[in-house]
Amino acid sequence: MITVKTQNLTRKFASLIAVNNLNLEIEEGEIFGLVGPDGAGKTTTMRLLAGILEPTSGEGWVYGKHISKESEALKDNIAYMSQRFGLYEDLTVMENLNFYADIYNVSLKERTQRIERLMSFSGLSPFTNRLARYLSGGMKQKLGLACALIHTPKVLFLDEPTNGVDPVSRRDFWQILYQLLKEKVTIIFSTSYLDEAERCKRVGLIHKGQLLKCDVPANIKRERNVDTLEAAFISIINESH
Amino acid sequence: MNLNRIRAIIKKEFIQIIRDYRSLALALINPVILLCMFGFALSLDVNNVPLAIWNQDKSQISTDFIMNFENSRYFNVVGYLDSYDKLQNYIDRKKAVMAMIIPKDFSKFIQSNQSAPVQLLVDGSDANTATIAMGYVNAVVAGYNVKLIEDSTSKLGIQNLSPIDLRPRVWFNEDFKSRNYIIPGIIAMIIMMIAAQLSSLTIAREWERGTMEQLISTPIRRGEIILGKFIPYFIIGFFDVLIAISMGQFVFHVPFRGNLVLLLIVSSIFLTGGLAQGIYFSIVAKNQRLATQMAVLTTFLPTFILSGFVFPIYNMPKVIQIITYVVPARYFITILRGIYLKGVGLNILWIQILFLLLFALFMITLAGRKFKKKIT
Repeated sequence: MITVKTQNLTRKFASLIAVNNLNLEIEEGEIFGLVGPDGAGKTTTMRLLAGILEPTSGEGWVYGKHISKESEALKDNIAYMSQRFGLYEDLTVMENLNFYADIYNVSLKERTQRIERLMSFSGLSPFTNRLARYLSGGMKQKLGLACALIHTPKVLFLDEPTNGVDPVSRRDFWQILYQLLKEKVTIIFSTSYLDEAERCKRVGLIHKGQLLKCDVPANIKRERNVDTLEAAFISIINESH
Repeated sequence: MNLNRIRAIIKKEFIQIIRDYRSLALALINPVILLCMFGFALSLDVNNVPLAIWNQDKSQISTDFIMNFENSRYFNVVGYLDSYDKLQNYIDRKKAVMAMIIPKDFSKFIQSNQSAPVQLLVDGSDANTATIAMGYVNAVVAGYNVKLIEDSTSKLGIQNLSPIDLRPRVWFNEDFKSRNYIIPGIIAMIIMMIAAQLSSLTIAREWERGTMEQLISTPIRRGEIILGKFIPYFIIGFFDVLIAISMGQFVFHVPFRGNLVLLLIVSSIFLTGGLAQGIYFSIVAKNQRLATQMAVLTTFLPTFILSGFVFPIYNMPKVIQIITYVVPARYFITILRGIYLKGVGLNILWIQILFLLLFALFMITLAGRKFKKKIT
């Protein structure tokens, strides 16, 4: 089943075309990596798919809901983690979790179980009463993920979640994601780290608003006859100029 | 509308307000400071006008005339001087606001049934005080004139020389205490302060800090966000209104003749409109500093200057007077003084109340429509 689909999705900002005729199809339970240099249009794509940015033209559906016409219904099925830390720094870890549990109407019984699980997953348990402001970068991102998972989203959008996160926290982060894949959650992940892109089932290379390549990592490398995704992408980007 | 979500936003806002002690202090201490400043310091009453006198005549009559000023609570005779230089010195140094010169032929003129000139020098640098003080002088002189005429005519057997006997009786603020009409008006100021300085931040702060991007990706409804942000500031504002009413009662002893429930209801309506206006600018500006500036400019300043709070509207140029009709505080000030000093109720004030209600509904609608769960 296709959970995310776009048709000629385009978003312009004044004269800049941030996303240009994007056509994507992402399968249920897949982890899809959106990669590209800074300013490529990754964040704009994420925001469009999360229903928090209006497209200039084109269409898009997430879990059967239109990203513009049904953007509010769409939000029931997704979780979105913005690139910038989006939680309340003057609230504690637990207050943030409870706030998002309230927003998603998670029942008290479910909430207790889920918070417990998320806490042990993320290693946040010792910090429940710490203000989010005083968490390290990695901890902040794990809290962001925990808040995003406080309800059971069908599709998870993570906008450069591991940017500036230490290797240990990054590994924890990926373990949580693998766990989610077992539960058939679709994950769309943007990153500029290509070693992370290798872990995705499929990757899309976006550059200057355009999707240059979209395939499984192995195919991309084979096609370019190189050992790493990095080398493959550099060659694709150079060719596009 | 989902009550759980509204409650979640309210709770979060309260936690944030309490943790940010500066905004909490702003909300709770500022009203008290404002009340004290306006209540104790600002007095438009003119009492004890310092008056210097050069009595060149030094006769029984001139001394009798001066006694009228000595015995009045509106004057404080600060010195009997003997030269122009000294008079000027008193006025220059603000030791006297007025100087009176009684010429040396004063009693001769009066005794020969002629008008006796008396010079009055007035420091006009504070026009308001000068005008009022001159009015007092005129009243004293007029009274003394009548007395002199009656004295001389009674010898001729003519009794009634003042056919009109004016008996003024002042209503509502019998002692002309400016505090009595300023303190009720402060309620409007406090409400607008909360609106301008606190509610204008709520939405802008979330955009600025990046927390709004996260929040709008959830299924929360727009109305739930706005209502959840409105209620905490409404509670704070209402609490401040109670502070203002209590201080008016127990500290400043302002007469309260109307209905307290009506006052609280109308204050709530005005508060609602003000908060909605603050929230509207918070939505428009998406930037805390800009939002506050816009809100101060459109809520606090008109309330202070164009509402009739301190500056009478009938003294304003016609164009400005017309503008005051769209300043909601104008109606609220009328209501406040009506309830406080006149003790009037809904039957008299319903037009003003209706206007406040319409204004509040208009601002709520405007804010609700402007707010989008989208990044622009």
